[in-house]
Amino acid sequence: MAEAEIGILLLSAKVALAATGFSLIPAFAVAWLLARRRFFGKALLQAVVTLPLVLPPVVTGYGLLVLFGSRGPLGRLLEDLFGMSFAFRWTGAALAAGVMAFPLIVRPIRLSLEAVDRGLEEAASTLGAASPVVFLTVTLPLALPGLMAGAVLGFAKALGEFGATITFVSNIPGETQTLSLAIYALLQTPEGDAAALRLIGLSVLLAVGAVLVSEWVARRLSKGGGDDRA
Amino acid sequence: MTVLDVDISGRRGSFTVRAQFRAEPGVTALFGRSGAGKSTILKMMAGTARPDSGRIAAGSRVLFDSEARIDLPARKRGIGFVFQEDRLFPHLTVRHNLTYGRWAGGRRARRPLEEIVALLGLEAHVDRYPDTLSGGERQRVAIGRALLSEPEILLMDEPLSSLDRERRAEILPYLEAVAAEAHIPIIYVSHETDEVARLADRVVAIDEGRVRAIGTAAEILGDAGEDGGPVAILEGRVTGHDETYGTAIVALGGGTIELSERGLPAGARLRLRIRASDVALATTPHEGLSIRNQLPCVVQAVALEGPFARVMLSFGSERIISRITAKSADALALQPGKPVTALIKAVSVEPARLRPVVGE
Repeated sequence: MAEAEIGILLLSAKVALAATGFSLIPAFAVAWLLARRRFFGKALLQAVVTLPLVLPPVVTGYGLLVLFGSRGPLGRLLEDLFGMSFAFRWTGAALAAGVMAFPLIVRPIRLSLEAVDRGLEEAASTLGAASPVVFLTVTLPLALPGLMAGAVLGFAKALGEFGATITFVSNIPGETQTLSLAIYALLQTPEGDAAALRLIGLSVLLAVGAVLVSEWVARRLSKGGGDDRA
Repeated sequence: MTVLDVDISGRRGSFTVRAQFRAEPGVTALFGRSGAGKSTILKMMAGTARPDSGRIAAGSRVLFDSEARIDLPARKRGIGFVFQEDRLFPHLTVRHNLTYGRWAGGRRARRPLEEIVALLGLEAHVDRYPDTLSGGERQRVAIGRALLSEPEILLMDEPLSSLDRERRAEILPYLEAVAAEAHIPIIYVSHETDEVARLADRVVAIDEGRVRAIGTAAEILGDAGEDGGPVAILEGRVTGHDETYGTAIVALGGGTIELSERGLPAGARLRLRIRASDVALATTPHEGLSIRNQLPCVVQAVALEGPFARVMLSFGSERIISRITAKSADALALQPGKPVTALIKAVSVEPARLRPVVGE
């Protein structure tokens, strides 16, 4: 039983890490567009990014099934091009978790980018720095606390994702059965209460840890990242 | 030796600015009230705002030329800019702030870091972070950072305005040290008389977006000048000639002025220099005078300077300065708001051609 629990924990960690890792760069790009650029369709982009937060997770999961399932247009395209498949695999669980976590990753990054004083970037360019250098030496370091907060928040969300995952990739032990799905499965079996309790304890521990880390990051963000000169 | 040549006009919102001046190595102050357009002119020089037309050159290097379509970005202008706020990078140590122009800006190091650190008294602070420094220390770091980017021109936009009186007094000696050893043009924007008097070799007075006077700090700020006091600068357009006598009529914001100059085409834009000592005043228009120009003006301000009085006059939208004896000022009972006639001989008006403005 302990071995199975470790397996569930490792799978959950793998899914959540993949979901967060692959979301970070696109989330930063979207956050940058929303914070810095004015363009046609900005409101639409904003709405699409927020959608997973407000839609019933089951609906998001169904949408993923339609798009990325083995018969879905995107699913077939990725299968043909890269031999990547999502249906009923852990990669699908990671995709579902990533999509659900995306808005939570974008938001703190966007806020921290908005808090970066544009005057500092202007100062950097008068000192001779080209735009990519200004980004790497001024904008990115100052937005880093937001990036870290987004990553922690997204990781926590991905770890606990349930509705979209079970709808998209089902509840397959050893493949797609993450922590929340395992707890749900155990609670459905007559003898599963004790085992479920252990997993519940484990997930409470993880959640408290994530909250503590994100609190610490948020405190650093409000201290160092923002510019306090009016 | 780099000499900066500025001749630009442009808009910022509904505000129009036009500036023409030269800045040699040493401190040239752009002096005027808040909102007079000084900072806008400075930003246009830095490349963070764009003039509509004109030319900016540092020696043989053209930074901006509307006709040749040259508009170097800020980072390629070879400028150092000190902002009103220090704008230090909060995530970098003082050392990395100071050397930013080198490791991120690709500027070649000529002066050792230690030299600038010593000049600005920052020895104890190089390994600290900006948020542990006082406001005055931070602004000194900002000045050092600009100097260490090896600028050909140093632009300073009211660098002391965000500091209280004590901090200003603390920084001024450092600014004097920077000015004394600088071999580059330093453009120093300020509305503070005491700063300008202490630092500036030359003062360009700006009002309502226009250059109103150019002179030494002593001349502009009110002490008696050696050669006739301040010079008023007016702009106008040639509207007619008197071929027989070789004079030209120039239309200005407040009326017309006649000057002795041949060969000025009608429509040409001119900049006129009128010395304060060449302007006499009368409380009523006079007949039977040799003086060709009798301009209706209104007294704006009267400043006593020992035996002399400097009278600021408005002539429509233009400004004229008159330097008369204090005795005359009292005899005429001059005070702000009083209408007077400024008497200026045609031969005392020095014209200079201005380049045409695009779109006129």
